[in-house]
Amino acid sequence: MRIFSDANFSFIDKRRKAYVFSGALIVLAVLAMVANSLLIGTWQNYGVDFTGGSLIQVRFDVPVTAGDLRDALGGSAAYSITRFGDENEFTIRAPVRDDEGEEAVANEIKDALAAAFGGGNIEVVRTELVGPKIGGELQQKAAMAIVFSFFLALIYLAIRFELRFGLAAIIATIHDITLTLGFLAIFRVEIALPTVAAILTVVGYSLNDTIVVFDRIRENLNKKGGRKEDQEALVNRSINETLPRTVLTSGTTLAVLLALLILGGAVLRDFTLVLILGIVVGTYSSIFVAAPILLEIQKRFKFADSRERKKRRETAVPA
Amino acid sequence: MFKTIRGRVILIVLMVVAALGYLFTNGIKYGLDLQGGMHLVLEVDDPDGTMTLEARADHIERSEMIIRTRIDEFGVEEPLIQRVGQDRLIIELPGIQDPGRAKALIEANAFLEFKLVKPTAQLQPALSRMDRAIVTTLGEEAIRALGRSVESPPTETLEDLLFRVPDTAPPPDTTEVEEAPDTAEAAAAADTVGAQVPATELRPFTALLNQGDADGIYFVAETDVAMARQFLALPELRRAIPRDLSLHWGSDPVGIGARTYRRLYVLEANAFITGDLLENAVAARDPQYNRPVVHFELNRAGGRRFAEVTGQNVGEFLAIVLDGEVMSAPVIRDRIGARGQIELTNAPMEEARDLALVLRAGALTAPLKIMEERTVGPSLGQDSIDAGILAGMVAVVLVVGVMLAYYRMAGLLALGALAVYAILVLGGLAALNATLTVPGIAGLILSVGMAVDANVLIFERIREELIAGRATRTAVDDGFGNALSAIVDANLTTLITALILFQFGTGPVRGFAVTLSIGIVASFFSAIFVTRTLFLLYLSGKKTADPISI
Repeated sequence: MRIFSDANFSFIDKRRKAYVFSGALIVLAVLAMVANSLLIGTWQNYGVDFTGGSLIQVRFDVPVTAGDLRDALGGSAAYSITRFGDENEFTIRAPVRDDEGEEAVANEIKDALAAAFGGGNIEVVRTELVGPKIGGELQQKAAMAIVFSFFLALIYLAIRFELRFGLAAIIATIHDITLTLGFLAIFRVEIALPTVAAILTVVGYSLNDTIVVFDRIRENLNKKGGRKEDQEALVNRSINETLPRTVLTSGTTLAVLLALLILGGAVLRDFTLVLILGIVVGTYSSIFVAAPILLEIQKRFKFADSRERKKRRETAVPA
Repeated sequence: MFKTIRGRVILIVLMVVAALGYLFTNGIKYGLDLQGGMHLVLEVDDPDGTMTLEARADHIERSEMIIRTRIDEFGVEEPLIQRVGQDRLIIELPGIQDPGRAKALIEANAFLEFKLVKPTAQLQPALSRMDRAIVTTLGEEAIRALGRSVESPPTETLEDLLFRVPDTAPPPDTTEVEEAPDTAEAAAAADTVGAQVPATELRPFTALLNQGDADGIYFVAETDVAMARQFLALPELRRAIPRDLSLHWGSDPVGIGARTYRRLYVLEANAFITGDLLENAVAARDPQYNRPVVHFELNRAGGRRFAEVTGQNVGEFLAIVLDGEVMSAPVIRDRIGARGQIELTNAPMEEARDLALVLRAGALTAPLKIMEERTVGPSLGQDSIDAGILAGMVAVVLVVGVMLAYYRMAGLLALGALAVYAILVLGGLAALNATLTVPGIAGLILSVGMAVDANVLIFERIREELIAGRATRTAVDDGFGNALSAIVDANLTTLITALILFQFGTGPVRGFAVTLSIGIVASFFSAIFVTRTLFLLYLSGKKTADPISI
């Protein structure tokens, strides 16, 4: 069996359309984040891991709705109540309060629920109490992790390839992260620590995919006559040559993740969702963003390749 | 050695055996999210921010040892107690049944002091100074407002208390409540009365004190305790207390008639015995009153000191102070040697056992504060494992199906390499004593994806070479050679990301980073070395030009 083995799609010719498409998605993503800032006060729906506060996950033996829970808790809008997987399981989040510690808040919630539904009918399956100080630190650490991984990846690629490859790969990855964050903002997916792990996995996957395409471009460039060939044609050929692998790998990974999404239970759901989106976006971006951007950088900035530079330096030596 | 097929196979077998060895001796530890348990992050409680980093780091280092002793005695299997950064402590207690009790055990300062109770008369001269300190610190306005702001008080109105002659007044009787005027009238009355009393006559603190059940003990109505605590927390008031005295609350409320009070003890400032002189502590049941007690035994120096002080103070009261609260204050009937007991009123036996335990383990040198607490019940963890196993099996079936359908024999070789990969990853986790968490499983899935990807890259290259008309053996060699750079670069960049996650991540993210790092190393070895070896085995029976199934 063989797929796309003689593929010859003109990806590069369609790059302007891809720019418009990506641009529109990025605008949408940014708008969603701005809208969130205005509507819910933060650009993402941060969970207690980052804001601090209390989270309690409760399983009920009796049928319950989110409305019942809100009523039991006095109807306050401060609590965020979400159904968790199974029918009668909910997570209740409460923000940091000035007057009371997280533990006291959690106990209040537990007592109110026990009073409303009967202590025997509820089981607290998870409690997370995070002080505001820790939450702030985690936000900082997550941002640092992303910036550092960018920086190191850029350095690595600049050494292994050329600087323009590194730049193009980083731009493509920023594109992927922006779209992923936009998706999270639109659906207000709770940003917990595993979600950050998922975003960083997307970074890893996106880079991985881009590198495979870039590796082929590098190889074709270094072949005899590669530098003299029309660069657009060369990049397009490289994408087509790696297409069977791209489709097979992304397809298999997506199938595995879909299995995880359907069967993996509620604990993994948000995580898997982010990964699926990230892989779709990452595969798209290595073909339609990373490779074209590489060409654009080359055209705009006339990055001379190292061999040419060396030649020029040699001829420039005064006689 | 690795040049020959035999050498390669021996290396792979050795690694697999080593991995299986680790797997069966160490086993894989599940994280708290999978097996349930409690995760705590503690810091030294320093609300004023006055401690230096060195001081906090020192306290945390001592606390680590003490808490370790407590937890070991409590009996938790495989607890994790770890210092993070310089001034933070992480405690993980897997599979804990009673998180509340374990937390109380960790949080308890267990600072034990024996102090003599002093006559109330010794504090008397200082009381008006203490009242003035409150008035000048909080401002006259605030104190008067305090009086007015009390609405429909459950006991006596605060106004009454504020302007009553203190201390000698008997505990107010219940009729006062019935006669309490309604709120509006009370406010009006307070206005007029408040305006008449000069600032120097305001008695914000003394007004809260009632005569207690022994000399040296005040009663404070339970409803006033919060306010009295606030006053006592003022540094200005503390300075007004005579140097040789200190005030301590009793640990349990006292019911008198329909009311509850709390005792406030006047004690000697210096403790004559502290917890570090303790040799042993055992919980028991007091046969006479059938209530839990903790028997303690002092070491030789402590015993001598105890005998000396009790001998000189027969007939006086001895306060047993734990973490600043008076547990009990028995009368000294006779000279006491090295042994004594602490009585616990209204407490379950369990609490006595925990108290004995923390006393044996020693006191924390500074109070700790819980910064983060995560508790996962065992049922949620089991759900996660079940879901993960099911999803994992489906994923395996999917990958096996795709590889076999698409690459045939080569696909089978790849699956062999992937099996080696799986054993190496699990063995690696066991060897590093890493814990497997939910994000960790996701990290494994990602690295499986990368292992499959590496094989796909290689096979596509081999196919390209075959299409270009190379002989089988050359095609295989070139295929591996050409795919190498992409695999190296892809794996290394992901490894960089994983290492950064490990560096900056905490808890679950770290778990993810660990499994991803191990997974990438194993996946790299599996694709480059194991697949290659299996290919060499496969080709060894063939002639150079024979076709292969790929």
